[in-house]
Amino acid sequence: MQSTQNKLTNITATKIKKSKTALFAKGKANLELLILCLPAVLCFFIFNYLPMIGTIIAFKDYHYDLGILGSKWVGFENFKFFFTSQDAFRITRNTLGYGALFILASLITSVLVALLLFEIKKKIAIKFYQTTMILPFFISWVIVGFIAYSLLSPNTGVINQLLSLFNIAPIGWYSDPKYWPYILTIAHIWKGVGMNSVVYYAALMGIDHELFEAATLDGANRVQQTMAISVPTLIPLMTMLSILGLGNIFRGDFGLFYQLPRDIGALYSTTDVIDTYLYRGLRTGDNIGMTAAVGLFQSVVGLCTVVAANWVVKKINPENTLY
Amino acid sequence: MVKKTKVTTSSIAINAFFILFSLSFILPFLLIVSISLSSEDLVLKNGYSLIPKSMDFTAYKYIFANLKQMVDSYKITALTSALGTVLGVLVMSLMAYPLSRRDFLFRKQLTFYIFFTMLFSGGLIPTYILLTQHLKMGDSMWVYIFPSLVSAWYIIILRTFFQGLPTSLVESAKMDGASEIKVFYKIILPLSKPVIATIGLFVLLNRWNDWYTSLIYIRSKELYTLQFLLQRILRDAQFVKDMSREVPVGINITLINDSPVETMKFAMCIVAAGPMLLVFPFFQKYFTRGLTVGAVKG
Repeated sequence: MQSTQNKLTNITATKIKKSKTALFAKGKANLELLILCLPAVLCFFIFNYLPMIGTIIAFKDYHYDLGILGSKWVGFENFKFFFTSQDAFRITRNTLGYGALFILASLITSVLVALLLFEIKKKIAIKFYQTTMILPFFISWVIVGFIAYSLLSPNTGVINQLLSLFNIAPIGWYSDPKYWPYILTIAHIWKGVGMNSVVYYAALMGIDHELFEAATLDGANRVQQTMAISVPTLIPLMTMLSILGLGNIFRGDFGLFYQLPRDIGALYSTTDVIDTYLYRGLRTGDNIGMTAAVGLFQSVVGLCTVVAANWVVKKINPENTLY
Repeated sequence: MVKKTKVTTSSIAINAFFILFSLSFILPFLLIVSISLSSEDLVLKNGYSLIPKSMDFTAYKYIFANLKQMVDSYKITALTSALGTVLGVLVMSLMAYPLSRRDFLFRKQLTFYIFFTMLFSGGLIPTYILLTQHLKMGDSMWVYIFPSLVSAWYIIILRTFFQGLPTSLVESAKMDGASEIKVFYKIILPLSKPVIATIGLFVLLNRWNDWYTSLIYIRSKELYTLQFLLQRILRDAQFVKDMSREVPVGINITLINDSPVETMKFAMCIVAAGPMLLVFPFFQKYFTRGLTVGAVKG
């Protein structure tokens, strides 16, 4: 009797001991893993989270010499000042307008390019076309700015030379804002279409070949096959990428809007977006508090649109969400 | 028979379209090369042209006569790109590994911690004030390296890849008493070369093409990145002239005053951006793979 009881306590004791060492080992492993995370966690804290705290500048009359804590609180004055200015409407309209235009334009062009590329059978031709289309992905907007300048320069540019061949008077590309919606859209497509079409092309490559063979047997031609098989395959991807793009609509591409129009004041009416406005606010340094308010406005609305876009995607297809 | 000819006409049409389309990507680059090889007088008289009337290397001669600024920019770009890429990929994969472990206690919280940075950002002004006023990084080399060291998106891609590796490998190594860091660099890293290469190339490309950091934070010319140097060159003819004026030893001053500014701009573009533009396309496969990997969430 006694011995059995002893045995039992012994067993429980070893059990406890075992689970304790397991717990200890687990704790040690977790600690080790935590340490591995530490450098990145620290980086995020300093360079991402501290600036988030710094957004309180938006509610202050910030002066460099007074610092963040020393500057006076002004409540929502900065926001009021911005939203009653003429700039507010212009930069919001331009940011949203270009955002929507770019999503639509790159959707159409990259799907079209992917569909056409899918029709080509020669491997080497596909490779050549794809490689040339992807070239702009490797260059910065500064280089695109060089290219744009060599084409559009009023006196020496290639396009005005071509126009003169047809006896058309040279156009002042860099002084007339009405051309810029087209120029910026073309530049956006030119830089991105190669890479954007890769995703769609990969999706097309994933289609089961038997589908096309069966369609051919049924007498469907290539156009009919494209409309009945290829396009429907792409539609979920098209929807997802567009909605996610809409989520990011408030975050403009600073490089495009800064490097191509070259910060020329006469073009602001069609080229000024929130990001270029923020940059100028920083550069002139006149009203840092208000510029920070614009930045916070952009971040908050951006957060809302991303979350909303993701919610919509989740409703349609839970597998494609960002998180 | 009729059907067959129909197929060929459409394929000719599609190929013709793509050839024209490809030209729209190649010709702009050739235009830059061509302008850089044109003679300044002809450019000023007739404008830029795709086919230079004659080969003229004057612009290049001017550039190579005074390479100081170009060499400075090459140095700073190469140094910060290399250091930033190696350090960044290391720090990011060190974090991605624990996040890939399903038994990691803080996995959920830390994933949200990094993910939130993709949803919301403090914005330009608070970041600028933090870096210049409080961390004193303005106008220094460090501003290129640290603020952009980690990116949530790349960590998520790395984590997703690590999650796909067989867990039995990690378990058996742990059974043998290996520490987590040992598991990471003995097992995880060697198996993850493709994704590390992909992320590394993306980071390298972004850093090599960086002009934004110089625009916002840098005042000293010695610290300009190549791309920012090019921006200054394109916008500011005086800057181009000043560049060629800096080392006058053995060079005739009067010559400098009428340096071929227009063609020099484009020649500098070739010298500064050309070499890497020839290198990156060879890694195209890694970049396109990065896109498809990125489409998979964890």
